[in-house]
Amino acid sequence: MYPNPFDYYRAETVDEALDLLDDHAAANPTVLSGGHSLVPTMKSGLAAPDVVIDIGDIDELSGVDVADGTVEIGACTRYAAVVETDLVDEHAPVVSEATAEIGDAQVRSRGTVGGNVAHADPASDLPAVMVATDATIHATGPAGERTIPADDFFLGIYTTGLGPDEILTRLSVPALEEGAGAYVKKESPSSGYAMIGVAVRLQTDGGTIADAGVAANGAMDHAIRLDGVEDALADQQADEVAVDAAADRAMDGLEADDLMDDIQASGAYRAQLLESYTARAIDRALDRL
Amino acid sequence: MTEAPGHIGDSPERREDLELVTGHGEFVDDLKRQGMVFASFVRSEYAHARVLDVDAEAALARDEVLDVYTYEDLAHLPADIPQIYRVPTLEETEYPLLAKEKVRYQGMPVAVVVAEDRYAAHRAAELVDVEYERLESVLDPVEAAEPDAPTLHEDCEDNVAFRFEIGDEEAVAEAFEAADRTVSFEYENQRIVPNPIEPRAVLADYDPYDDELEVVVPSQQPFLHKTIISTVLDHPKRKVRVQAPNIGGGFGAKSMVYPDEAVTAFCAKQVERPVKWVETRSESFQATEHGRGQVIEAEVALDEDGSMIGLDVATMADVGGELGSKGCLHASTTFGLLLSGQYDIPAISFDSTAMYTNRVPIGVYRGVGRAEAICTLERLVQLAARELGEDPAEFRRRHLVQPDQFPYETAVGSTYDSGQYEQALDTALDMADYEALRAEQDRLRDEDRYLGIGVSCFIESGGLAPSSLSELFGFGQPDAAVKSSYWESSIIRVHGSGEVTAYVGTSSPGTGVETTHSQIVADKLGVDVDDVDLIEGKDTAGNPDGSGSVGSRSAPVGGGAMKFSIDKVVRKAKQIAAHKLEANPADVAFEDGEFHIAGAPDRSMTLQAVAQEAEVATDLPEDVEPGLEATSYYDPENFTWAFGTHVAVVEVDAETGEVDLRDFYAVDDCGVQINPQIVEGQIQGGIAQGIGQARFEGAVYDDGGNLVSGSLQDYAVPKSTFLPELTLETTETPSPHNPLGVKGVAESGTIGATPAVANAITDALEPFGIEHLEMPITDQTVWEAIHGDTEDE
Repeated sequence: MYPNPFDYYRAETVDEALDLLDDHAAANPTVLSGGHSLVPTMKSGLAAPDVVIDIGDIDELSGVDVADGTVEIGACTRYAAVVETDLVDEHAPVVSEATAEIGDAQVRSRGTVGGNVAHADPASDLPAVMVATDATIHATGPAGERTIPADDFFLGIYTTGLGPDEILTRLSVPALEEGAGAYVKKESPSSGYAMIGVAVRLQTDGGTIADAGVAANGAMDHAIRLDGVEDALADQQADEVAVDAAADRAMDGLEADDLMDDIQASGAYRAQLLESYTARAIDRALDRL
Repeated sequence: MTEAPGHIGDSPERREDLELVTGHGEFVDDLKRQGMVFASFVRSEYAHARVLDVDAEAALARDEVLDVYTYEDLAHLPADIPQIYRVPTLEETEYPLLAKEKVRYQGMPVAVVVAEDRYAAHRAAELVDVEYERLESVLDPVEAAEPDAPTLHEDCEDNVAFRFEIGDEEAVAEAFEAADRTVSFEYENQRIVPNPIEPRAVLADYDPYDDELEVVVPSQQPFLHKTIISTVLDHPKRKVRVQAPNIGGGFGAKSMVYPDEAVTAFCAKQVERPVKWVETRSESFQATEHGRGQVIEAEVALDEDGSMIGLDVATMADVGGELGSKGCLHASTTFGLLLSGQYDIPAISFDSTAMYTNRVPIGVYRGVGRAEAICTLERLVQLAARELGEDPAEFRRRHLVQPDQFPYETAVGSTYDSGQYEQALDTALDMADYEALRAEQDRLRDEDRYLGIGVSCFIESGGLAPSSLSELFGFGQPDAAVKSSYWESSIIRVHGSGEVTAYVGTSSPGTGVETTHSQIVADKLGVDVDDVDLIEGKDTAGNPDGSGSVGSRSAPVGGGAMKFSIDKVVRKAKQIAAHKLEANPADVAFEDGEFHIAGAPDRSMTLQAVAQEAEVATDLPEDVEPGLEATSYYDPENFTWAFGTHVAVVEVDAETGEVDLRDFYAVDDCGVQINPQIVEGQIQGGIAQGIGQARFEGAVYDDGGNLVSGSLQDYAVPKSTFLPELTLETTETPSPHNPLGVKGVAESGTIGATPAVANAITDALEPFGIEHLEMPITDQTVWEAIHGDTEDE
């Protein structure tokens, strides 16, 4: 409830934010965007940064655009803005559906997609969506801009490929030209976070699933791609997909013991949910084709 | 039925709401005073430890810190939270306001820091260095009773706080001997964290010039706070003034008096500045007393006809590390006296053993004891019906106490005032279309779909309490902590303008008493409800002593007290009216706010005119004092016995164990309803919390005694999105002994809903041979039951 004292800086531009990060590098500064992940951790004492750099008001980091077959979402775009933008729903429907599931109206009015992805809470909704949609994460640091594929971005609990001197600036999600997607989650009754959340993207070519992206939140300490399920779906005729057989491969290469095990759900139960929710997500996506 | 606007039976909008929904309510944390400082508590990190040293040097060194206090600073005072409900076998142990030599639960206050602002206070509290010697802890009441269990209190070696027995053990033994068969089960009625949205808070202010200690606290019982704070701080009772502003939910948790509250008052005396303390949410999990927490064994004896002839219930109740101010209640009368439920059971015996464990003290939580009793009985009845292969609703019906049996004395010595149990059952089954549901259940099972229908028939003893209860708990003993029974007070003052100011000693935690009790005045005096001001017992300097809002008593007991004063006012007004109208008082009738002479309707006077005469006082009858006002104290002769039937309908997904609570039907009978919409709100909220216990809630501790479910991230309170549309109906069986015919209703929903949901889930799982599941029955619990606990595989 009562965070330790800290110094607060508000950046107006990305360059200014990078300068501030550099100036305070010794103090191990933390970047604040919407604050809905960071502030609770500060209030509960889990994080106690000496310096907080607020990038939430940087105009160039906010907004949604579609160009060259890619949906570009600025890191500091609020959840509510993403949900309300038809462009996202049209071209990246899984992103839209998952974002609408985050928190409640108040949270969605403040929280930002970049903050969510950078925080990398394993039970959060967007990481698996980034993986399933083959999204690219853009980061800017002293050496300029670089891109990180979502698969390489989420490394562990609250751990990402982002450097301490870098700022996450943008999410690039390939537009779904033909096909459908779905995000379904088993919500924790206490926190509302995902015990298991499964994102499915089915890119079709005529009646055939040309490419499938399937990934899960909540199962491991970071979002994971469900390769076995993707393989089972690829090149199938959409109206002939054996959903249960595909979903049964959710645990390919995993043991129940590998999964998160806490008072929210045991590893064994998560394994069950992973298969069941994978099936539901595939079903829902197929229904939308 | 159309009711006069604002009278009993009408549902005017709650007059409390405009202020609250527009954000203008005033809660303790909204209050500011000149020179106000803040307190923060250093609490035990451990479940069980010896406190070797408290080093406050680093905290005291900070400029913003006024002082730090430990037990040493309180040693000259009684500083010991007393037990209010002393069961005869209680071995009272000391519950010091700050840890004396030991800590016995994680979160127990050890020291307090007073600082200029709340951030400084919290930071300084982190600097207080407490040296502990950790001791082995025991976290379960059954384990606490084992011979090698660690001892919590040196003066209570066996960890047994008290034992309590009620009923007829011998008759029960005979019934079991004669039984054709018996059905038994054992379960844990789990610990609940109350979680009012407003945590506890205190603003204490001491005036050294007149020695007045003012304590502003969201108390459901301000006069109780006054009594106990006065006692523990040895401050003259008349010099303690307790005020309760708006209260953001209580559920019973704000009816206990806690160490940290008294210590905040102590701090105000020490620093002679206003001191505020506001519990954080994490603190609330560890310092606000929990509810329930009992390991219960129950067995029923059935004769050849499958009739219940004997019931034997034993509980190992958890009281936590210290006996809180109401720590005796959940495992004594509130539980035992309810065990006959709605049924005619000839022999019942209840036996409880209350154990100290290294967990947060147990206090009262909505439905205290009664929820445990009814949950036990209604689960057992379901198991008995299954054993007999009988429909559970019909099994219940066969045993219901019939309307002509009232007043009905149960085998545990309660006397039920009135009831139409079968009518409530029938109404609920009709609403749910029970026969069709059973047919649907059969049909769906063929498709491997699992529908479950759970019934619970419950009673609620509201209207706390006849003074006979106080006798049982020794309120009259010279050393009793509280020597005042649960009567209620009221004042009715009719002004010359015709307006009315009414006072009642209850202290609503947000339950709409200002509205409902104004309606009582409007109805009984025939005045406009908008001309009535209702002042609750939320300021001990402003009202006659009262007992507050607990035990579903505000309407039956507070309302009863008001009816008594109203009657007195009317009697006096009749004397004045008779004098003015030159008639005999016996010939004066009072109707719709007017006094008139029987048989001569044109000879009349309004209540306002009479009140005006009483104020002017130039022409009053001999021996009649000026003013139109009366004070009354009402001691109820019995509890009020509300009742009802709840029906829950669930569908279980066998693959994932997910439970869909499809429908919930409830029939409640709380006698006369003053404001049906407020009754409905109480039932809705109660059902939500009942469902919460059945499905989601439960304090989880690790082996070291750490409260793992210590935040709202990890502890699920029921949310609106978890609830189905509630289909509610009421019947109305007035209480024959209550002056208004009303019965308390605040806890009914909580009591009825939990077993209805638990019964529905186990009903759905019958094809899997599953008879019982421990609460909270989460989806994972169901999945493990269906698929076998895979942990060991």
